Amino acid sequence: MTIASSTQLICFVALSAAVAIGALGVVLLPNIVYSAFLLGGVFLSVAGLYLLLNASFVAAAQVLVYVGAVNVLILFAIMLVNKQENLAAIPGLAVRRLLSGAVCAGLFTLLLRVAFTTPWATPGPTPVGEEATIRIGEHLFSDYLLPFELASVLLLMAMIGAIVLARRDVFSADIATGEPADQGLIEKSRTPLLLEKTNP
Amino acid sequence: MTLELPTAVPLQAYLALAAILFCTGVWGLINSRNAVRVLMSIELMLNAVNINLMAFSSYIDGQLIRGQVFAIFVITVAAAEAAVGLAILLSLYRNRETVDMERFNLLRW
Repeated sequence: MTIASSTQLICFVALSAAVAIGALGVVLLPNIVYSAFLLGGVFLSVAGLYLLLNASFVAAAQVLVYVGAVNVLILFAIMLVNKQENLAAIPGLAVRRLLSGAVCAGLFTLLLRVAFTTPWATPGPTPVGEEATIRIGEHLFSDYLLPFELASVLLLMAMIGAIVLARRDVFSADIATGEPADQGLIEKSRTPLLLEKTNP
Repeated sequence: MTLELPTAVPLQAYLALAAILFCTGVWGLINSRNAVRVLMSIELMLNAVNINLMAFSSYIDGQLIRGQVFAIFVITVAAAEAAVGLAILLSLYRNRETVDMERFNLLRW
């Protein structure tokens, strides 16, 4: 085993341990702010894995889009909806968690079996390495031109849709009482737009 | 010249890591009470799919790196999904005064 391959192995083990433990922390930690920061760590580790896979452009895109945009967006959402509330207990929660854990373990076993029994066509052609960015540009402007343009339309639609959904000066009335509803963005004591349904 | 990079870490190791990440995301998606955590679990699952695409692109399709192009499109769609999902979450929070998934049951009969 050469120095390069052992270095690659050590980097892979460290990054994959960070990804797995970070993902468990994202799902299991009770404080959601810690979960959001761990999610940023998971995104960074995945970007490191992309670097191991000879994909520097996608690694940079991962850091820019996921860590720079999506994670910050999630942190802002946590900041806006961060009300300390005591969640009501639900009967059968432990049973549900165990059952869904069993389902996920079964899915994991299935995926592992597919990964280890399929005769993959490795080793394939030599990876292009640092020419990957040039190759991606050629793909995006020749045979993937239509999805590329559609992605721009999708981003525009998502931007307008997010603005329309999250704006606060939509004047609407409470459906139950007919009074104008207060739709402030920051939490304060006010009447909810939809009244809780009372059990008959 | 022959690169012996693919021999250090086998392709199956990346697939197993992606399986771990995907199953963690599915479990979190089902069991989270906080709506923001549900969105985070979806991001975890999308990252697992991206790891698979990138591993196949590097190990099997090394010359025409179509997997990397697909990963870029997945990243684009994930960004759009996160924006719209968090906007919907804000709207829900304004209407229901909670982020508890168990109380988002307006459409339940």
